[in-house]
Amino acid sequence: MNIILKDIKDFHRIDVYESNGGYSAFKKALKEMSPEDVTNEVKNSNLRGRGGACFPTGLKWTFMPKTGDKPKYLCCNGDESEPGSFKDREIFERNPHQFIEGTLLACYAMGIKAAYVYIRGEYYKWINLLQAAIDDAYKKGYIGKNILGTGFSTDIYIHRGAGAYICGEESALMNSVEGKRGYPRVKPPFPAAFGLWGCPTTINNIETLANVPEIIRNGAEWFSKIGAPKHPGTLLFGVSGHVNKPGVYELPTGTPLMSIINDTCGGMLDGKDIKMVIPGGSSMPPLTKEECLKANMDNESLKEFGSSIGTAGVMVMNEDTDILKVLIRISKFYYHESCGQCTPCREGTGWLLRVLKRIDSGQGRISDLDLLTSVAQNIEGNTICALGDAAAWPVKWTVKKFRQEFEKRIPKEDVEVPVRNKVHSLR
Amino acid sequence: MQLFNEEELKKVEEIKSHYPSPQAALLPMLWMVQEKEGWISPDSMKYAGELLNVPYEHVLGVVTFYTMFNKQPRGKYHLQICTNVSCMLRGGYELYNYVSEKLGIKNNETTADGMFTIEEVECLGSCATAPMMQVNNKEYYENLDTSKVGKLLEEFRNHVK
Ligand SMILES: Cc1cc2nc3c(=O)[nH]c(=O)nc-3n(C[C@H](O)[C@H](O)[C@H](O)COP(=O)(O)O)c2cc1C
Ligand code: SF4
Ligand code: FES
Repeated sequence: MNIILKDIKDFHRIDVYESNGGYSAFKKALKEMSPEDVTNEVKNSNLRGRGGACFPTGLKWTFMPKTGDKPKYLCCNGDESEPGSFKDREIFERNPHQFIEGTLLACYAMGIKAAYVYIRGEYYKWINLLQAAIDDAYKKGYIGKNILGTGFSTDIYIHRGAGAYICGEESALMNSVEGKRGYPRVKPPFPAAFGLWGCPTTINNIETLANVPEIIRNGAEWFSKIGAPKHPGTLLFGVSGHVNKPGVYELPTGTPLMSIINDTCGGMLDGKDIKMVIPGGSSMPPLTKEECLKANMDNESLKEFGSSIGTAGVMVMNEDTDILKVLIRISKFYYHESCGQCTPCREGTGWLLRVLKRIDSGQGRISDLDLLTSVAQNIEGNTICALGDAAAWPVKWTVKKFRQEFEKRIPKEDVEVPVRNKVHSLR
Repeated sequence: MQLFNEEELKKVEEIKSHYPSPQAALLPMLWMVQEKEGWISPDSMKYAGELLNVPYEHVLGVVTFYTMFNKQPRGKYHLQICTNVSCMLRGGYELYNYVSEKLGIKNNETTADGMFTIEEVECLGSCATAPMMQVNNKEYYENLDTSKVGKLLEEFRNHVK
């Protein structure tokens, strides 16, 4: 079942895309559908955001005001910096026009005059690929003034990031487009009310938008019947780590995790056993081997194990993996990427990293495990943006699910010391 | 200081037309500066600020916030090696340590001949083809191992001659 990554030669070329039905959804919308019709179709399809939070896309679009004279904007989120995620890059490379067509449909549905595609600065090659596709679409009259003679006008511009994970957070992204530091904004006000330059703005992930043309072409009902009912469609699973054939694979939501590992990815590297799998990018709580056997890859199913689908970046780790080292690397990342605005995140991420390193150095105490959980819980929910949560979740859940991995690294002659003393011993 | 030529100034005007406020052109302009100079000097920051009517302090704040903007000159080949989890599982640290030892430099250092800078970077969205490195914020080199990267270093050295 491929909605986005089609097996058609040269599909990235505008002529090949057009001769396979490309841009027909946009033409149909312009001719036969009102903007509300487009939004309703997306709403009825039950499409949920592919950027990590699974928010219903059609519903998000209805938040945009229909009246008022301020310009409205769309931000297409191609920051893709969550470790273990590498799917949007595949869309830029293999099917850029479907993403562009989806963006145009979103602009039509919400009456948007300009869309900014925010792409991480490292994706130099993919920025050039997408720019070439955008240029072709301008030449054919799909983007720009008075599109196909209908009077509808919109522009699409690429905005290149410059190395900051936090700019994937929607309000930081908007600040970055405005030419500022990428600091997340306090919400409310939400972007639909006060976004780019204070104007109504919607932010959608690249993969989310790339689904829209097929929904308009084939209908909401068709889409809503693919995969898991509450989280329908396909996902671009980016599988990495200890499997034989890592890569990006498009599969229906709800596909069993073990089928992805064994059937799609050719099984575990060197025939080893699984120890841990992170199902949706490094901020998502991990799964144990027993949980992997039961997990289906959609948001509802993963909730059962305290996790989420996130960006569908599946990181597979075998029996030889040092879980403590993995968690240290994850915590180092969030510590490095914290923008520093909120104390719990700025200080807490450093605490998590230092306590984990202390355990790794052989100087841990058994109470450190509760300390980690407590620091994580004090970050969670107490910050401006969800980076704080993203840093807290993996620590809290990995310690909970893999406690013995940590305990075995703590010396037996452990002496209990009051927490206050520990604060100093961390420096 | 007149950093940009006429053609580049036209490009700046074109970029400014994408946004309702000139300040939004700051990141794209800083990219142009770095492409041209290899890094972003205080003088270039002043120049960029004047061109867009943005205070120097704001430009400095932006340049220091984003890790890809070089606050000092880099080697001719800026080797950016990912050590995040997926790369780590497939030998990212071995790759990083090999290059670091071979060149005799540590994180963010440059070789005495100005040829190479090494930097440990976060996930570059190339986890299925790990371990990997990016060079000069551009080309990705994927599915690497120590022998492949050793050959690459030789190639970089020879091209310069
Ligand atoms: C720290 C942080 C980083 C994020 N990075 C990304 C990203 O790289 N790409 C993305 O699409 N969404 C990212 N998000 C989610 C966005 O804020 C936003 O929810 C999403 O782009 C909305 O698109 P969707 O509804 O289509 O999923 C991030 C969120 C946080 C808190
Ligand atoms: S949670 Fe962290 S990253 Fe987000 S605004 Fe606060 S300090 Fe910045
Ligand atoms: S972890 Fe190295 S590219 Fe993703």
